[in-house]
Amino acid sequence: MPTDDRVLLSVRDLHTTFKTDDGDVKAVDGVSFDVHRGEVFAIVGESGSGKSVTSMSILGLLPPDTADIQAEGILWKGENLLEGSAGRLREVRGKEIAMIFQDPLSALNPVHTVGKQIGEMMRIHEGASRKQAKARAIELLKLVGIPQADRRVDMHPHEFSGGMRQRVMIAMAIACNPDLLIADEPTTALDVTVQAQVLEVLLSIKDEIDSAIMLITHDLGVVAGLADRVMVMYAGRAVELGTADEVFYETRHPYTLGLLASLPRLDDSGREKLIPIKGSPPSLLRRPSGCSFHPRCPFARVPGICNETEPPLHLVGGMAHVSACHFAEDMKNVGVAELREEETLA
Amino acid sequence: MSLGDPQAAGSMVTGPGEPVGGGMDLGAVRPLRKDVWRRFRRNRMAMIGLVFLVFLVIVAVFAPLIAPYSITQRVPLFREGPSRDHLFGTDIIGRDLFSRVVYGARVSLKIGILASVLSLAIGILLGSTAGFFGGKLDTLIMRITDIFLAIPYIVLAIAIAAIFGKSENTIILVIGLTGWLSITRIVRASFLSLTQQEYVEAAIALGYSRTRIMFRHILPNALQPIIVYGTISVGGVILTEAALSFLGVGPQDPTPAWGLMVAQGKGDLVNASHLLFFPAAAIVLTVLSFVFIGDGLRDALDPKLK
Repeated sequence: MPTDDRVLLSVRDLHTTFKTDDGDVKAVDGVSFDVHRGEVFAIVGESGSGKSVTSMSILGLLPPDTADIQAEGILWKGENLLEGSAGRLREVRGKEIAMIFQDPLSALNPVHTVGKQIGEMMRIHEGASRKQAKARAIELLKLVGIPQADRRVDMHPHEFSGGMRQRVMIAMAIACNPDLLIADEPTTALDVTVQAQVLEVLLSIKDEIDSAIMLITHDLGVVAGLADRVMVMYAGRAVELGTADEVFYETRHPYTLGLLASLPRLDDSGREKLIPIKGSPPSLLRRPSGCSFHPRCPFARVPGICNETEPPLHLVGGMAHVSACHFAEDMKNVGVAELREEETLA
Repeated sequence: MSLGDPQAAGSMVTGPGEPVGGGMDLGAVRPLRKDVWRRFRRNRMAMIGLVFLVFLVIVAVFAPLIAPYSITQRVPLFREGPSRDHLFGTDIIGRDLFSRVVYGARVSLKIGILASVLSLAIGILLGSTAGFFGGKLDTLIMRITDIFLAIPYIVLAIAIAAIFGKSENTIILVIGLTGWLSITRIVRASFLSLTQQEYVEAAIALGYSRTRIMFRHILPNALQPIIVYGTISVGGVILTEAALSFLGVGPQDPTPAWGLMVAQGKGDLVNASHLLFFPAAAIVLTVLSFVFIGDGLRDALDPKLK
């Protein structure tokens, strides 16, 4: 367990609300977590579960006229970013916390060479000269594994393939040796084969510059291979949080279990049925009563505690394995295999 | 990268060109300028326009060497038709028309370019601000634009000329201060859509300042319509200058403005049509060449129009 001075980012009771014509949408509803130096922290969830909004809230990237961000604190190395000035926030962005975007095809500016775009980071945040910036850009391109970096540096984004462009994005993000890399679905737009390469690059760079990675994804396969700790989000709330091993092998929440059961496994015999989670995520405008997951939960006791009382996150095992399920204790006896069996019988 | 690639077509200035070579052999890095020039060269009308424009610039620069007389020098020949001594004839007070048309190129190019630059600068500044920041600032700027659109242009020009007096510089100011309306709208429209691009979001996330994002990241992507409009507008300005001179608001005699010469020549259309013909022809050819070049640039800069 990392000690407290290893805590880089501490998000405390984050509420992000979008004001729409139909009412307030609570995209993130009371989320708290810490990211420690040197770890890979993954946030997992379906589309609309509030993963991306969480990261955008941290960096203050949401439009202020529609998004309302409330929190006890978003502490970056002890400094509350919510109270920071716009100028301070701009300093943190890119230099201390850098973001890697989902779609490398559109996140690079088509009119500038990649060298210029990578070098710009150094020129802005570190006051590097044009020459220094270019030299460093070549160095970074080599680091992310782009061949002939000294020639590639003068090319435009359209002359690169998707995987190459994502590497360029990574090179940009790590240009100033940030302490935290936020990777929002960094491999979603890429081929599976390229995905692995890009993730490998991410990991090796994390060690190289001793930073932490906050990985936002819906791909449990990616999480299993990379993450140290995992937070599972559902309908804007954290439903399970623990080390990757705890969340994957000692699952204590039906939603996490549902996600796992809907994935094929390498050790499957081939006859198992994949079990989708029934229904679709709830509208954040009209959240179900009690536990938000109860309408889709195979274990829900309705009517009863599940649709009456909202379950709080509570310790279910290990040092800090928490789950928000009334019956987290009972979940001990249920794994993916049991869930599949039950489903086949029913 | 193939020509049909949507990514290349989606960007405005990047031309796809021939394959740059994948794998290990990267080939030469070809500057975009070369692609644009290659496509521009294929457009015959644009090339004719460009050749004429180059010719006009040479004439303007070397006017003292080309013109046999000065613009005020008089000979005792009035309203004479073209002859060996006076290629374009002489005007009503005996000045060599050829010399005056040659010097007129200076006046027209100066007014055309400076006034266009002025209105482009105003338009880019206002349009990008409106499109990038949106909200109340956008509304304010666009309503000001609407108000200017509603004021009859000639009336405004005459009013400004009345305040500042009639001269070349005034006409630059007049046209510059009234010509920014369309470019503001064009730039705003581009910025509205470009601001939604993910690379702008990425730039914000990487900690770039807003002015930097506006002018270094978005503006280069919006340059294509600005370049095209700017080129065509130089022609438009020259035409406007001619119209204002014709109305007597522009430069005054003896400034060799083509519009002024046309105005002076209109009285003697029957007996001395050359007084009107030569300056008018100069105006038409110059305006046309700018329009052709603008068209050529639009095609050359837009990889979708092959």
